[in-house]
Amino acid sequence: MYTANMLKSMARVEETRERRLQEKFPRLGPDEKDELLRRFHPDFREDTQRPVKVGPNAGDRMPHELVDLLEARSVVEPGAVDLDEPDYDVDVLVIGGGGAGAAAALTAHAHGADVLLVTKLRLGDANTMMAQGGIQAADKPNDSPVIHYLDVMGGGGFTNRPELVRALTADAPLVIRWLEELGCMFSKEADGTMMTIHGGGTSRKRMHFARDYTGAEIMRTLRDELLNRGINVVEFCAALELVLDDGGRCAGAVLQNLETGRLLVARARTTILATGGFGRIHVSGFPTSNHYGATADGLVMAYRAGARLVYLDATQFHPTGVAYPEQMLGQLVTEKVRGLGAQLVNAEGEQFVFPLETRDAVSAAIIRECFERGRGFVTETGQHGVWLDSPMIERIHGPGTVRAELPAMFRQYERFGIDMSSQPILIYPTLHYQNGGVEIDEFGRCPQVPGLYVAGEAAGGIHGRNRLMGNSLLDILVFGRRAGAHAAGEVSRIGLSRPTLDHVARFNREVEAAGLGRITAPILLPDYVRR
Amino acid sequence: MAQPEPELVTIHIMGKGYRVPKGLTIMKAMEYSGYRLIRGAGCRGGFCGACGTVYRTKGDWRLKVGLACQTVVEDGMYLTQIPFYPANKAVYDLAELKPGLATLLRLYPELPRCLGCNTCTRVCPQGIDVMDYMARAMRGDVAGVADRSFDCIMCGLCASRCPAEEVQYNVAILARRLYARYLAPPARHLAERVREIEEGRYDEELDRFVQMDPAELKKLYNARDIEA
Repeated sequence: MYTANMLKSMARVEETRERRLQEKFPRLGPDEKDELLRRFHPDFREDTQRPVKVGPNAGDRMPHELVDLLEARSVVEPGAVDLDEPDYDVDVLVIGGGGAGAAAALTAHAHGADVLLVTKLRLGDANTMMAQGGIQAADKPNDSPVIHYLDVMGGGGFTNRPELVRALTADAPLVIRWLEELGCMFSKEADGTMMTIHGGGTSRKRMHFARDYTGAEIMRTLRDELLNRGINVVEFCAALELVLDDGGRCAGAVLQNLETGRLLVARARTTILATGGFGRIHVSGFPTSNHYGATADGLVMAYRAGARLVYLDATQFHPTGVAYPEQMLGQLVTEKVRGLGAQLVNAEGEQFVFPLETRDAVSAAIIRECFERGRGFVTETGQHGVWLDSPMIERIHGPGTVRAELPAMFRQYERFGIDMSSQPILIYPTLHYQNGGVEIDEFGRCPQVPGLYVAGEAAGGIHGRNRLMGNSLLDILVFGRRAGAHAAGEVSRIGLSRPTLDHVARFNREVEAAGLGRITAPILLPDYVRR
Repeated sequence: MAQPEPELVTIHIMGKGYRVPKGLTIMKAMEYSGYRLIRGAGCRGGFCGACGTVYRTKGDWRLKVGLACQTVVEDGMYLTQIPFYPANKAVYDLAELKPGLATLLRLYPELPRCLGCNTCTRVCPQGIDVMDYMARAMRGDVAGVADRSFDCIMCGLCASRCPAEEVQYNVAILARRLYARYLAPPARHLAERVREIEEGRYDEELDRFVQMDPAELKKLYNARDIEA
């Protein structure tokens, strides 16, 4: 339910709507965009980051909240765990039960490996489930993996690792085909043609979707298939540390049953880390669109095992997080709303940015509009925001479109008395995605730690410093499948020697020598308990 | 800016009373009360179905269910979360199924036990007409079930309240997978592109782009044509 002040500001948005329907706000030029990002994007502010003091990336700047975890002591006492009597002994250990982990486990299993998947929450409890917008793949006649490649590189500011982008764009149609065969219900025309639309930074309409439950539809399909295949899945079982053998090869992990607290050991010839991102550590104090479990555990574990991290100074703020109502603060309003024609409008009812600029630019433009130009709307709780003129969708595509195309969004707002098909919604950037992660090669291998693979949001380099919409659902499946296939293929060649946690003991000593380590990590879950 | 003191309401979590600010969701109210959730919290945005909750409101004998992340507390509410529900899921190989009534009945033989009581529809936090899609399932209308159940988040609240012990959400995903695999026409342009990729049609050009000098790539990017 909107307050009287909000209704007053909304009236201006309504007044200008007919005129704005004809208006096309100019796109930013390259220099203009650089300047906007430098001045207003949180990544570029002096006070949000610091160099990490220990480990493989010592000296590199990253957000304070992440550095705190990388400079923490282990939650595991290395000498106190008996690694010689493992509770599980498998070919492939997959850590994480989101889209990347599920794709990796299914693929490794299909290649004949004995697979164990552990996840600290339920299978499918992950950001994958929440991705509403879509998944990119160049499968239309006017498109090609090469054009997709160019879009991805440009979106990432040409900082992406080229070989990873090549894998991403060339595998994309293969992934869509795989999902189609698994019975994933993409939105299609009557003749079977995939419905596709634009997303921010795309030069072709290649965003595939399953109504506005794309991620949920993919995740529930993969979950169903994992259960059908009889793959061993252990829920509420978190990984605390990776285990290395005395030759430095990854040999499994120390796990914890989160309900009993008991430690378990999994021995594995190959290990695939698919633990997701860091939204729930609330970088720079931003609200987040992320899942409850997004606490950077995989980064912490891999770092102690010697893995290098890349681009973790680049954080993606999704420009359209919910700013009102308070109960939905930080939740995502899918980019599809803009894809369908809704404009971003300030408190005076005027556009201030082309709605489908890349996410970093739109976020920076909103922050500028609110704080430098003072033309945002401020709610009674002090939350700034601008209007996303969702009723335009009905004007452009006809009455009922919002409800038909965005049922999830519509329903969420409806619960709090807001009809987004006739009323604009108030939004502000929300912490959405970890652009960087553990360095990988095109098979998902971590170059510094043999036997360790990383897939999904935990991996870095694919998107460079900025990811485009629809390339995350894609990357988790491309690299989940690649890691799963490669890991399974390696199994017969690998012999493990004595398992150790010496690297953890070493890291603890390094942390202590630097006068750090007052806290422990991984943290596994955020702490929202009121003290 | 000083926040005004929030108005408090009393809720009872598993029988114990707590004072919490009005307007909080059940999930946030539990955290406000001191619970650090392990089970019963997920996406916190109404997409994952992790936080099914049973509750009763003041002066009402009826038991209600909802998602803790989407349901706002009321004064005098009694509640408990459902951490897990041991409902049956049929195991199958999709490649060997036929999309029709016989398959649904073989995998979920309890299907015709539906009493038509409409409880499932009444409790669905997604507002899905669950009983309607179950009726379609009993007629073998796989496409209808797929369409009508699409917004299901598989929270299982329907099954938790069903007197006939149906597992509606698992029938629904079976129907969706059958529909998408067998009844929706395959995307021909996709099959064609997959064939081209497997034949290596794009390898050379991609290799050239991978090797390309960033300045050159940037020029191509800025000059690229954008589909209207």
